[in-house]
Amino acid sequence: MSEIELFNWIRGPALQIATLIFVVGVVVRILEVLVLGRKQDLSEARGSGVAGGLRTIISRMFPDRGTLQRSTFNVIAGYVFHVGFLVTLLFYTPHILLFRDSLGVSWPALPTPVIDATAVVTLIALIAVLVHRIQHKVMRFLSGFQDYLVWLVTFLPLLTGYFAFHRVVLDPQAMIAVHILSVELFMVVFPFTKLMHTFTLFMARYYNGHIAGRRGVKT
Amino acid sequence: MSASLEKGIHALKEQINAPVASFFSSCVRCGLCAEACLFFTETGNPKYTPIHKLEPMRRVWQQEYTFWGRFAKALGLSKPVTDKELGDWETLVYDSCTLCGRCSMVCPVGNDITYMIRKMREGMAASGHAPEGLVGATKLAVTVGSPMGVKLPALQAQIRQVEAETGLKVPVNVEGADYMLLLSSMEIMNFPEFIGAVAKILDKAKVSWTISSEAFEATNSGIQIGVSEIAAELVQRIVDAADKLKVKNVISPECGHAYMAIRWEGPNLVGKPFSFRVVHVLELLDELRADGRLKLSSKETQRLTYHDPCQVSRRGGVVDQPRRLMDMVAENFDEMPESGTMNWCCGAGGGVSSNERADDLRLQVFKRKKAQLEAVKPDALVSACSNCRIHLEDGLEKYGMDIPVLSLTETIAEHLADE
Ligand code: SF4
Ligand code: SF4
Repeated sequence: MSEIELFNWIRGPALQIATLIFVVGVVVRILEVLVLGRKQDLSEARGSGVAGGLRTIISRMFPDRGTLQRSTFNVIAGYVFHVGFLVTLLFYTPHILLFRDSLGVSWPALPTPVIDATAVVTLIALIAVLVHRIQHKVMRFLSGFQDYLVWLVTFLPLLTGYFAFHRVVLDPQAMIAVHILSVELFMVVFPFTKLMHTFTLFMARYYNGHIAGRRGVKT
Repeated sequence: MSASLEKGIHALKEQINAPVASFFSSCVRCGLCAEACLFFTETGNPKYTPIHKLEPMRRVWQQEYTFWGRFAKALGLSKPVTDKELGDWETLVYDSCTLCGRCSMVCPVGNDITYMIRKMREGMAASGHAPEGLVGATKLAVTVGSPMGVKLPALQAQIRQVEAETGLKVPVNVEGADYMLLLSSMEIMNFPEFIGAVAKILDKAKVSWTISSEAFEATNSGIQIGVSEIAAELVQRIVDAADKLKVKNVISPECGHAYMAIRWEGPNLVGKPFSFRVVHVLELLDELRADGRLKLSSKETQRLTYHDPCQVSRRGGVVDQPRRLMDMVAENFDEMPESGTMNWCCGAGGGVSSNERADDLRLQVFKRKKAQLEAVKPDALVSACSNCRIHLEDGLEKYGMDIPVLSLTETIAEHLADE
């Protein structure tokens, strides 16, 4: 296979396969959770479970005061890399064009320098998060292979995208191919790992808030 | 696989439902839950991280209920949960968790970790890995009707004493009463004043009430240890007694885990809604206050603070009622930092106090409460759970702090207006 053929394969069939694994994988994982169901709660409700569930989906975006004080770094770095990742993914012009071509929807982009700066901040935040994971005794204790793998597959698309944008390391076409490959890796790993929290946390928060809401507790 | 291990794994599988699967799927291993748990903050040992207490159950979920996990299992690539492992987890699941629910309030992805630890105990008990102290208490609860072995004559003796002191009749087995009062053995044996306090308040408020001689124990060891069949049997006794006396309401005593057992778990354990309403005693007092049927003639002048029993407030939803009552009875009521639904557990709930092996640990983690109290420096500490109260007194004594611990119900009874 020539270099050109390889690039074309990465942009074409490989991307399709990765997307398929991503979509089917995510749907299967969500269904796997939902089919387990749960028994109806027979206790007499004091408050609304549904309202509690919906409220918790929103309220858990914000930490309680004690957690913010005790885990300041963890909370802030977590916000930064999540927001940064989403901003670069969703508001960079070429990405939006890609979404428009594949999904048929588009939205306004952010100026490229803003995306550039966001990518740098996000990369730094991700490195900080990794160092923190290795140094913090609880996080190190909890972490296994999967946690480092997930870190890597999240980091690589940002790094390769950053390189491609600045036309460094490899020639631009090759770098973009590597960038797409890293995104494919991210998509393939996604359904099998904790990256699934992107979707399942809405269920988790809902259930938690539902249980609490019925009892008249705000979580 | 040994028969007991098989039973344990089976029980764990039975416990796994959509919420549990969503929680395990969502955990990002951020470690934030550790900082919410007094067993971690006071020991610094990462093994006390709440989500880690569930590791065997997480693996059962992964191996049984995820496509990828089943695939790996079929290829022999996954590590099955062993009996030794469950044995190793026993102290994590029982000694170092009070089911306080604080971790469930902070997890950023929304995991109700406490809900899962409660479930995990079902698997632990089924596989024979429950602590001796809890096994003993549960046996007594089934055979005698009380985890502390308190029998009817003991209650009757306390009732006679209360009647002599208050000059009031404590109604027993009165058919058609509006309210049936439940008690915890701890209250009967260590704080019979509680019965007197309720008698005085309900007499003044002209509430018709009774105690059943057949089911007066409200605590439920079956829940603490994690054996739902036993828990259901204990609840059923209360349901039968309430039906027999045709009461419209059942009053849960102050005890937090008793409230959880009868109010929230009860109907689910017996498999049908109750024909009566369950109210926590503080909820009832607050209703009487709102109706103008609870009147006080004086207030406490000393500086007071209120310790929320976890199962009453954070897990039970009785959060505002005690505060309104505190405002009513105290001139000088100050909240501890992180009170209400974010309150720190005393360290003895969830069966920890019945488990002697955990005695040192529960006193060690009491340092959290100590720090909270030092921030307020109250003259006295008010709470609403006899189990909390015993442990609070224990902890305060151990750390040389001279703060009396009061029951909110009893404090209110002392200030009742005469007419
Ligand atoms: S706080 Fe939640 S997401 Fe973080 S480690 Fe604990 S259970 Fe997992
Ligand atoms: S319920 Fe309370 S004691 Fe148990 S793990 Fe969570 S924070 Fe710790």
